[in-house]
Amino acid sequence: MKKLLLIGIKDLKLMFRDRAALTFMLLAPFLLTIGMGFVTGRFSGGSTGISDIPVVIVNLDKQELGNALEDLFNSDELSDLMEPTASSDPEAARQLIESDQASAAIIILEGFSRSIIPAEGTTFGQDYVEPEPVQIEVYTNPSSPTSAGIVKAVVDEFISRVEEGRTSGMTSIVGLLQSGQLDPQNAEAEARDLLQNIDQVESSAITLKTNIEGADAVEFDLLSYFAPGIALMFLMYTVSYGGRSILAERAEGTLPRLLISPTQVVQVLGGKVLGIFFMGTAQVSILILASAILFQVKWGNPIGIAVLILAAVFGATGWGMLVTAFARTPAQVASTGTIVMLIFSILGGSFISLENFPPFVQTISKITPIAWGLDGFTTLALGGTLSNLVEPITALLIMGAVLFGIAVALFNRNGLMQQ
Amino acid sequence: MQSMLEVKDLAKNYGDFTAVKGITFDIKEGEIFSLLGPNGAGKTTTISMLSTLYTPTSGDATIGGHSVTKDPMAVKRVIGVVPQELALYEDLTARENLVFWGQMYGLSGKALKSRVDEVLDQIGLVDKAKNKVKTYSGGMKRRVNIGVGLLHKPRLLFMDEPTVGIDPQSRRAILDTVKHLNEQGMTLLYTTHYMEEAQELSDRVGIIDHGELIALGTQKELTQQVGETDTLILHIGENDDPEALARSLDGTQDVLEAIATDHEVSVVAREAEDVLAAVVTTANERGIKIRSIDIREPNLEAVFLHLTGRALRD
Repeated sequence: MKKLLLIGIKDLKLMFRDRAALTFMLLAPFLLTIGMGFVTGRFSGGSTGISDIPVVIVNLDKQELGNALEDLFNSDELSDLMEPTASSDPEAARQLIESDQASAAIIILEGFSRSIIPAEGTTFGQDYVEPEPVQIEVYTNPSSPTSAGIVKAVVDEFISRVEEGRTSGMTSIVGLLQSGQLDPQNAEAEARDLLQNIDQVESSAITLKTNIEGADAVEFDLLSYFAPGIALMFLMYTVSYGGRSILAERAEGTLPRLLISPTQVVQVLGGKVLGIFFMGTAQVSILILASAILFQVKWGNPIGIAVLILAAVFGATGWGMLVTAFARTPAQVASTGTIVMLIFSILGGSFISLENFPPFVQTISKITPIAWGLDGFTTLALGGTLSNLVEPITALLIMGAVLFGIAVALFNRNGLMQQ
Repeated sequence: MQSMLEVKDLAKNYGDFTAVKGITFDIKEGEIFSLLGPNGAGKTTTISMLSTLYTPTSGDATIGGHSVTKDPMAVKRVIGVVPQELALYEDLTARENLVFWGQMYGLSGKALKSRVDEVLDQIGLVDKAKNKVKTYSGGMKRRVNIGVGLLHKPRLLFMDEPTVGIDPQSRRAILDTVKHLNEQGMTLLYTTHYMEEAQELSDRVGIIDHGELIALGTQKELTQQVGETDTLILHIGENDDPEALARSLDGTQDVLEAIATDHEVSVVAREAEDVLAAVVTTANERGIKIRSIDIREPNLEAVFLHLTGRALRD
């Protein structure tokens, strides 16, 4: 393991001493991000580019919380971002999604409020059974992942606040009952008083958040899409640069020299892969940090960002290794790597949101680490956390592992490490 | 004396092409053994198999008692290799290169630092240790290349044509380093196509050509193969026919052998002065202009010429 690290660190050191590579890995994406900022009006106070998201609300609950959620989507704070339509038919709402006429449908099932706020006359005695929670269903349009993600983020935030209020309210009631501070006869009235306020508390909490930090969760900064898109595009360059270094080391004699030192082949190859991984991680981290500091790009949950960077770099490294395994010379890796970078950037949505592509292109885009990475970064920029990243992270890890396996098989077949 | 290296029927094929044809030799502990042969003779392939980089097609070798095919990791710990091509990271300094390669050989901490300092001193680059290798002259790079091979104090050092493409001063320094290392007890396998280097350094020489070991022994033993003879090298005009002159000289009295090469004819005789007059006369009779004559006493070049009919540099 130590030798793996030493080889990886050596490659990272060499990368930081290669001015041409640094220009392409750090300066170019940075300048491109600035360019995209100007083009989209991000630096001139222009629109974020996402507005009037068509969303259908089916409120079958018709009680306090259902109404509060409906009101939230119709509030002034979200008036620019959302274009809500009320419906009473869940099937019709789903049809609107199917026919691509709405980005999301929110179906608030009957009994949602009652599952949280007990009905009048409920007693909190020994035989009190907490009702089964009734969920809100959110149908999202796969061809509008960003818009659908925004709707989902708003609903998730609402649910999270309601759940928080309910838990703390019930805990208080039970605690008061157990300590004898509350008479069971008065418990029902107290509980209703406490829980009745959930809708107001939650509604104002979300409204507050929308106005102040709300940008974190709801307002979508277009640079939060383009900055990771560009970073991921140039990550593809970095992984092919790293892959190229394997063949360059072979041509320059340092790879054979490594192989005749008391170092296992797997350590040499693993060290080279680790080097690519280090380079990619350093590059994306620097770009994220720089854009957060200089452009105030809001990337979202730091833990989620860290894990997503590692997963995206892992997935991209797999592609870098595969390109290297097919090439014979460093020049071939460079040219093939550039082609892959450009195709993946377009296909993965680095420049144009995938929502604008036909569904089959969106499906093909899933082979790129850029598409999955962007999916994750967008989720985080919209207020998501690590728990919302299971799908993209799993996909990126599987991608990296499978491609790495294929690359190693090709290396063995082509005799990269043997003569 | 105990054998440090024993090579038995070692061969390497690439498809139909045989790069090394089942060679057998050994190197005693503390010896400098040279593999002498022209470019493409199979020297580097042999070293690559012995250093475990290439897998032999057949045969085996043991180094310090370890088989290169069965226990390559043990072999790697015993040997040091100075490859023909510079194998360094040009964007790292000499010290950084030595530290990295030292770590690859398992050195660390104070032992690594102390060994790197010693090697920098040994190769005369203490003052330039913090400069990137890419700023060095060819000779300085060669010295770092050698230094890397010495870091872990190998018992057997392979040096594959370490003086190719460098200035005479650096070449002299490298040859002196080889002698110095040997004096300290290191066993060396040195490959070269320069006869003078093999003659100056070697205890024993193996002559390799077209993948075959065609002669093996001390210099005295090898030169005895061509007898106690002198060789006259006749440099003739560009338009003259060396084959024709060689044929004419072949039957001349006291001429043992006449071999034509490119614009040259090598005449082997027991004593050079016995045949000199006859050689000049024959050339004049044939209308061939002799531009100059070199007289060489028996050496490895003559041995190679004798065995292959070609000069080493061909």
